Amino acid sequence: MTMIRSTVPVGASFADGSELDWAQSLVPGLVVLDARVPPNAPWSGVVAAGQVLTIVDVGGNQSGDCLMYNAADHDERYSAPDTLTWEQNAYVSTGTVLRSNEGRPLMTVIGNEIDRHDTIGGACGKESNTLRYGHHVMYHHGCRENFLAEASRHGLGVRDLVSNLNWFMNVPVEADGALGIVDGLSAPGRRVAVRAEMDVLVLVSNCPQMNNPCNDFNPTPLRMIVVEPS
Amino acid sequence: MALSVPRDQHTTDTVLNARSDARAQGGQSTEWMPHLPASSSPFAPAGIDPAALVWGEVVAPGGYTHKVVARGTRIRFDDPTGNACATLVVYNALEPVERLNVADTQKIPWQAYLGAGHPLLSGDGRVLASIVADTSGRHDAFCGTSTDMWNERKYGDSRSEGPTPSGRGLLVKAAAKHGLGRRDLPPSISFFQGVRVESDGKLGWQGSAGARTYVELVAELPLLVLVANVAHPLDPRTDYVVGPLHVHAWRGRPTGPADARFGTAPELERAYLNTIDYADARGL
Ligand SMILES: [Zn+2]
Repeated sequence: MTMIRSTVPVGASFADGSELDWAQSLVPGLVVLDARVPPNAPWSGVVAAGQVLTIVDVGGNQSGDCLMYNAADHDERYSAPDTLTWEQNAYVSTGTVLRSNEGRPLMTVIGNEIDRHDTIGGACGKESNTLRYGHHVMYHHGCRENFLAEASRHGLGVRDLVSNLNWFMNVPVEADGALGIVDGLSAPGRRVAVRAEMDVLVLVSNCPQMNNPCNDFNPTPLRMIVVEPS
Repeated sequence: MALSVPRDQHTTDTVLNARSDARAQGGQSTEWMPHLPASSSPFAPAGIDPAALVWGEVVAPGGYTHKVVARGTRIRFDDPTGNACATLVVYNALEPVERLNVADTQKIPWQAYLGAGHPLLSGDGRVLASIVADTSGRHDAFCGTSTDMWNERKYGDSRSEGPTPSGRGLLVKAAAKHGLGRRDLPPSISFFQGVRVESDGKLGWQGSAGARTYVELVAELPLLVLVANVAHPLDPRTDYVVGPLHVHAWRGRPTGPADARFGTAPELERAYLNTIDYADARGL
């Protein structure tokens, strides 16, 4: 096929020679879904109660922005503040119960190969990027756009976007309240595994951000594996 | 505080008598009520011309309120007892899909703790409201507010009509009065009851700075304001302790390039530029 040339300024994709480790499910079981999410792209899937979703950070330090919904009632969705309040902790790690806006468990982190994940920093987007970096980056694609595109496949829209979770992203809060996205704690092939506590619709944006270290300035693929645990 | 009159003192056997009985109840006052016109508020902030007031209300402990205010309106929350907890959500009143985004409100200014100069950002790169004064310094943008499930576990009851209402239950009702549903309620913030992140990530209770503190906001767009005054979810007290919340608002002007706060940080300046750009295009 002839290579099509385009004048569209597309966001970064992973650099030639990047180390990639596709790994496999963190827990044994019958694989019911296995998807490779390209750099910059959205993904969604339903994880049935009891199934376990493994997210593989294939290239290392790739933020997987994530929202979750009760698959049977989308008004019930992931709530960062309820998750933090019940855990009484600002970070997501092994054992964290990811709660809904009604306080109910949506998913539980049952396996985890990095120190912690973020649920304070939210998602990048075209508009918020202008605040962070300047109006010259308005044309860049963002997670908010990925969420809107993927949400629309499920009848959801902008009213359904709330503070999200960021797998493999590192946002420390310092003693004086200073907080920000800093260098990640992950590496190629590192994984996190979450068990669905009800049937959960999961939306993921493989973050296309090129202006901060949330993707190590090199957006790489993610792998999503759902198993029925054996 | 019950103002009710015993049954045997009501004569309500005919429509005319019932009307007289109802009308005889007017003109009373209670500790927590809206004051109309707002200029009649007995708690008008010092130095504010009462004639400029557009909102004067005392929100009951466990109560809620909501109002749409014009761009430029200055909104003041007072905690007279040290036990108020103003749980707040704000929306662009013209397009309520644009609403408080707590993540951007913490991330964009590189600061998790709210205080004077902090913008309340939407997810659309604009400032919905600016915090322009704060004598408390004890606020929280991590924990949201209580759910029914939380209060049932903590107090045994979460009903809005009961003694230990959940914040979410109240906000659902406030939102509904503007045609908004559960999906329209994003994470909220709380004024007057602080939480701090400890070195291991633990969310430590800080609580109140004491009686007689206040917070002032400027509405940078036409604003729908929802407020619930409920116990903070991490309040360690066994009892459900909340004090009254005073709310006043008066006419003012939005932040512009002439204001010192406009250019205090590059992120903030661009957020104001985006906000003014939107307002100009809409003819606000
Ligand atoms: Zn992103």
